[in-house]
Amino acid sequence: MNLSMKWLSDYIKADMPIKEFADGMTMSGSKVEKWTELSAPLSNIVIGMVSALEKHPDAEKLWVAQADVGGDVPVQIVTAAQNLFVGAYVPVVLDGGVVFNYHDGTITKIKKGKFRGVKSDGMMCGYQELGVPHEYLPYAATDGILILNDAPLSGNSPPSQEGKPAVLSVGSDAIEFLGLKDTVVEFEITNNRPDCLSVLGLAKEVSATFELPLKLPVCDYKFEDNGESLALSVEVLNKELCPRYMAAVVKNVKIAPSPRWLQERLRASGVRPINNYVDITNFVMLEYGHPMHAFDKKYLSGDKIIVRNAAHGEKITLLDGSEQLLSEEMLVIADAQQPVAIAGVMGGEFSSIMDDTKEVVFESACFNGVSTRKSAKKIGRRTESSARFEKGLPPEGASAALYRALQLVKELDCGDVLGNIIDIAHFKSSAKTLVHDAAKVNQILGTDIPKTEQLKILKKLGFLSEEQGSVIKTSVERSDVERQCDLAEEIARIYGYNKIKSTVPKLEGGGIERRETFKRAVEQTMIGEGCFECMSVTFISPKSYEKAGVCATLRDSVVIRNPLGETMSVMRTCMSPSMLEILSRNFNNRVTQGRFYEIGRVYVPTGDELPDERQVLCIGMYGEDEGFFTLKGLVETLMENIGVRGIEYIGEHEAKTYHPGRCAKIQVGKTQIGILGECHPKVCESFKINARAYMAEIELEPLYELTGTVPKFKALPKHPALIRDLSLVCDDEIPAAKVEEIIRKNGKFIEQLDFFDVYKGAQIPSGKKSLSYKLVLRKPDTTLTDEQADKSVALILKALAQNNIELRKEN
Amino acid sequence: MKENLEKIELLLNEGLEQIKALSATDKPDELKVRLLGKKSALMAMLKQTGTLDVADRPVFGAKVNEARQALETALQAKSAEIKASGLERALKEEAVDVTLPGTRRRHGKVHPMSIVLSDLKEIFRSMGYTVVDGPEIEKTKYVFDMLNTDEAHPARDEGDTFYIDDQTILRTQTSSVQIRTMLKQKPPIAIISPGAVYRVDEVDATHSPVFHQCEALVVGENITFGDLKGTLETFIKRLYGDNVKLRFRPHHFPYTEPSAEVDLSCFKCGGMGCSFCKGEGWIEMLGCGVVHPTVLSNCGIDPEIYSGFAFGMGLERITMMRYEIDDMRLLYENDARFLSQF
Repeated sequence: MNLSMKWLSDYIKADMPIKEFADGMTMSGSKVEKWTELSAPLSNIVIGMVSALEKHPDAEKLWVAQADVGGDVPVQIVTAAQNLFVGAYVPVVLDGGVVFNYHDGTITKIKKGKFRGVKSDGMMCGYQELGVPHEYLPYAATDGILILNDAPLSGNSPPSQEGKPAVLSVGSDAIEFLGLKDTVVEFEITNNRPDCLSVLGLAKEVSATFELPLKLPVCDYKFEDNGESLALSVEVLNKELCPRYMAAVVKNVKIAPSPRWLQERLRASGVRPINNYVDITNFVMLEYGHPMHAFDKKYLSGDKIIVRNAAHGEKITLLDGSEQLLSEEMLVIADAQQPVAIAGVMGGEFSSIMDDTKEVVFESACFNGVSTRKSAKKIGRRTESSARFEKGLPPEGASAALYRALQLVKELDCGDVLGNIIDIAHFKSSAKTLVHDAAKVNQILGTDIPKTEQLKILKKLGFLSEEQGSVIKTSVERSDVERQCDLAEEIARIYGYNKIKSTVPKLEGGGIERRETFKRAVEQTMIGEGCFECMSVTFISPKSYEKAGVCATLRDSVVIRNPLGETMSVMRTCMSPSMLEILSRNFNNRVTQGRFYEIGRVYVPTGDELPDERQVLCIGMYGEDEGFFTLKGLVETLMENIGVRGIEYIGEHEAKTYHPGRCAKIQVGKTQIGILGECHPKVCESFKINARAYMAEIELEPLYELTGTVPKFKALPKHPALIRDLSLVCDDEIPAAKVEEIIRKNGKFIEQLDFFDVYKGAQIPSGKKSLSYKLVLRKPDTTLTDEQADKSVALILKALAQNNIELRKEN
Repeated sequence: MKENLEKIELLLNEGLEQIKALSATDKPDELKVRLLGKKSALMAMLKQTGTLDVADRPVFGAKVNEARQALETALQAKSAEIKASGLERALKEEAVDVTLPGTRRRHGKVHPMSIVLSDLKEIFRSMGYTVVDGPEIEKTKYVFDMLNTDEAHPARDEGDTFYIDDQTILRTQTSSVQIRTMLKQKPPIAIISPGAVYRVDEVDATHSPVFHQCEALVVGENITFGDLKGTLETFIKRLYGDNVKLRFRPHHFPYTEPSAEVDLSCFKCGGMGCSFCKGEGWIEMLGCGVVHPTVLSNCGIDPEIYSGFAFGMGLERITMMRYEIDDMRLLYENDARFLSQF
């Protein structure tokens, strides 16, 4: 809501510095976003009087004028204007002053200079250079200097307000004299206060905030029933969406531009003046907050207004020239034949007020907020009118608005109002009654504001009158105030939120949940292992499953009905598409290597009301130093750090995301909790990762379930250990895990079994591989003898031999 | 006998000369063998003892021992000297250019938003709050209905909220977790519910369809607006230090009454007004209020007995302000060059 301070001054004298005004309003609940000086670019323009005028010696069409601007010597100005005379009062732009360019409206700085050898120390300007329309200064020459002698000295105020006399004096501010000074304050109004989307609503807030008296516009319009027929009938078919419809008819209409004061107030509020009738409806909307509409009566077929839902396939051409197809849930204003307006949103072009309009129908109605909002949204036009209706306006407001409009018709002398109005109303009063409970208010706020002070505030806000005691009857505009908590807010915001004493409640919770400790341990491992944590967007393109080779069962996703686009239309069921995207982005941003991880959510449909939301740890890496085993090592470190044992890694050859020979399922017993491996070259290619990339996906919940046992201290060994190295040769197909299993199962005194090499090539028959282990053997209670150690190794070798695993022969 | 004594003297002097002549690279132990070993001249002389007069023997023996001790002492001193100078030289040779950069293990970093979230969690935990999680795909019942947001509220529009079906949405705020908590748990309640939320916003420098909130809820007996103020002041000062000032500004939310927005004095100018705070001197930080009685009774909590407050803030905003990140997209692009900075 843009508030013209000039308009506000019609009702209340708020002449404190603008910063103070803005801060005060913000702190009482009407947030000021910014303010703009309307005449802001204009500067250094004073009233000057032409004291001498001569022809330019070297130019036929130029004049050399001397302008008295109150100084010791007049300012010499060369001008091409032909309407000057000695004794003319004119706006003089002094050296360094700023005006709008005559031709293109750009901001132009005036500097001293010479015209054909004659010096010119400033400029005299016309209305164009002041950036205002001609209607503001109708006496201004359209081609020449603005002659201020012609200006009415009575100022420029609405008829119902007192005019301020203006004085012509040389050297004084011309902008001030012309009444062009105004400041527009932009408010952010919250949804519950549509009443503040009006000058009067804000004036009331200003009055309560600064304790200033309010002078409301006098609207004493009286109907004189002259017995003339309106020749108009109104029928409201959908009373739910239109609780009130009022209409008045004006004949002998004189269409003309509005007077300057009216145009000025509209423009300052951001509304373009059209003609007196359209302007009246807009003025009333801005002043009272209740939108209106005006129809040209001759285009209301059958002299009929029907408020109804649009019929299937009906169309309307709106005021803005656009043709709109209407849908059946939209409320329209129709004549006997067709829609002439979309209720509360915008009128039709055909029935709008034109220069030849002779009879006007004013509509002042109340339309359902939701319906108006939906209609506006459907046609993509949120208008000043719909923005107000959508917040829910009181039907009572329709009459005040209508009377005000009719009064303005009279004041502007632009037509004769027929002495009858139509009012079709189906509503209960919006006003509410409740009893103010000062103790409860203090209890909500944690304050000790005396009842008398609370009552004083409520009176300031217009909730209470002297005789009411504690019984609040809210105004129709403030039907949002229903309970003690609402009163508490009203009292608090005027009392001052920041004056309320701060206290801190004693709470008993806190501490760290075990799950959090677990998550931290995971994070610490990842950071320690050189991974960057990532946060990715959780909705993805359904196509990225194919791209990432995700298995069919995981492609059934929760689908967003109204996504921002196909690329963000399903909730991911796995992390790989997101991580591959991250690897791809980094690779293509020329990051040469990287380790990344994300603890992200995946959303797996379950058939229940809500999908299963699981946390998955996804690790991704690429770069010179990375390989399957660096990734596996990282995962093993993680398992160790979080205290999870008994994880098995089992070769996986089918997962399309991964390299068929370099991928393992991560299992706990028979349950798979994750997967790790080198990304399939095809997947890398489709994500444009031109490097070997590695990725692991691990479900966190099953891991978490496995944690929680506190490691128990084992005494440090007291007896020496014996070391035996085993270099074995076996078929390539035999997994190392199997070899280790045999060793552990058959050997005795094994404290540690460390793998240290795998070798294929020269000296090893093809189809075979060599695996080397270091065995650490120890007895806890006595010293292990060489014989005992050798016996243990012999047992191991025997068992290995049964599985065709032989000791590697030295060459 | 005199001859013998002179020879001892001579051997001693020769030996001392040789010891003296030892250089840093010579081995004192080898010399020791030569001078004092079984086959040395001095020791060989001891073998002559038998041939001497009995009367001369003690003098001779003493003289040899004397000489041996003198040589040993001299050798010890020399070898200590050599060792010391050797160490000195070695240390000198091993000197490094300490201004060369250190060798570092590659170290990871947490996401800047995680840093902020950890800070928030820690502060709130220390103030007695429990961290609660909830689903992101949520029933409208928990996001809107029970939060006093009526059927017609614009927040429910498809232009603002992502829908799965008519009753299921991507939550637009983590307040749904508060509702779930109140339905499950009797007061006193003190929770924070951080997490991802979703709104229909095109991606740009200041908007993202997914962003993160941290909301808090306290319900108990006699919880007041003053408690809300005090809590936020404590929290903000712990997050930003004691110098920051707070301003509570009346606002409107359907689920709280009274409601407020909280502004902080600008971090850059301290409230004087600068380009960072757009001249206002204040920076909008969070929304808050006293829980609306309807919300309490919706959750089966008697508003006549209990009251509460709630507040919520955006993690992206706090993160971007803290690190002066000017484009929200960077937070989700996960570029290592970005992630390595925090």
